[in-house]
Amino acid sequence: MEIKVLGPGCAKCKKTEKLVQEVIKETGVDATVEKVSDMMQIASYGVFGTPSVIVDGEVKCIGKVPKKNDIKKWLGK
Amino acid sequence: MELKTTQPIQGEGRINKMLALNLLIATIGVYLWWTVYRVLPDLSKWLTYKLLPIQEGSHLGSSVEFFLYDTPKVMMLLFLVVFGVGILRSFFTPEKTRAFLSGKSEFVGNIFAALLGIITPFCSCSAVPLFIGFVTAGVPLGVTFSFLIAAPMVNEIALGLLYGLLGWKVAAIYLGTGLFIAISAGWVIGRLKLENHVEDWVTQANAANLTMEEEKLTWNDRFVYGWDAVKEIIGRVWIYVILGIAVGAGIHGFVPEGVMASIMGKDSWWSVPLSVVIGVPMYSNAAGVIPVVEALLGKGAALGSVLAFMMSVIALSLPEMVILRKVLKPKLIAVFVGVVASGILFVGYLFNMIL
Repeated sequence: MEIKVLGPGCAKCKKTEKLVQEVIKETGVDATVEKVSDMMQIASYGVFGTPSVIVDGEVKCIGKVPKKNDIKKWLGK
Repeated sequence: MELKTTQPIQGEGRINKMLALNLLIATIGVYLWWTVYRVLPDLSKWLTYKLLPIQEGSHLGSSVEFFLYDTPKVMMLLFLVVFGVGILRSFFTPEKTRAFLSGKSEFVGNIFAALLGIITPFCSCSAVPLFIGFVTAGVPLGVTFSFLIAAPMVNEIALGLLYGLLGWKVAAIYLGTGLFIAISAGWVIGRLKLENHVEDWVTQANAANLTMEEEKLTWNDRFVYGWDAVKEIIGRVWIYVILGIAVGAGIHGFVPEGVMASIMGKDSWWSVPLSVVIGVPMYSNAAGVIPVVEALLGKGAALGSVLAFMMSVIALSLPEMVILRKVLKPKLIAVFVGVVASGILFVGYLFNMIL
């Protein structure tokens, strides 16, 4: 699974990335996490709020820190 | 957040019970809040003069009392306002706001954009993606700017604190003039036809049509949303609040009465521009700057100058310019700063004149 966390590096974005990493560790899902902080790249996903989470190319969350349970659901757990 | 709203009736009963519990907690909370809030003036006096060996009427005494009174007061007000607005905000999303604004004509669009800027959840680190999202969805440039000006300047923290510390009149004046600046500055920028001063890659960015499902929120979710907002915002701004109150307390205790009348008073023509020039490079948020404003007003500063100072601290900040530089060419940034600063100057002079 390929997860992307979009965000320029504000506190919320860092927290989101940390939560995603935690969930992966806890559930043992085979997934890679990439932090995307370049504005042009973020814009190319068409999201207009950060942090955003993209799982396998699908936008899952825009403009807020997701809950752990939501992340688990996205990862199919 | 995906919700199991399709659960059978049994689940609905559980949700209703939770709602009742939440409402009960909220009622008790408001009662406790009010009880504590009412004794704050006496408590701060007692702490300063009885518990601490400070003499009543001394400079230090009035500083310490100001600090011990304002810190819990501001924190409590913030708590209530952020929670309330958090619930209100759960009804709005940037997506809905964008969809609503994209069909509007310019002038009407500016008005709605400024109003929506107050209540749409927004953080300044999202300014760039939001800008791109608006522009590529066909929201006119000027309308987008009305939103971007109103969102940081007229916010729930500023309004709640102004109401609590300086009364509803000042809060209403701030709301009215803030909206006026956001609407008129956005309109002027729209008239100037500066679309070609947006960085080229922005207009080439594809406006992806997101087909994310609209979340269905229950009232319980909205309570959680409000609570999350409290944790997030207070966790972020408390340090600014304490620093701001400390500076305010210093001014309150040690700056002689009337000194501010000569610097930020209404008689000197240069007091408004000076307030703006001092305010722009300062980077704080509403929570930090309003206790300072309260103390300045107490020392004879004129309301117009103080409003100008506060607006330029909150609405025009260097870090935001740096972020916006990624999507705007220098000329458009200069126009943005110039137009907003002119609006602030106008408001400052207006209030120094009529009050």
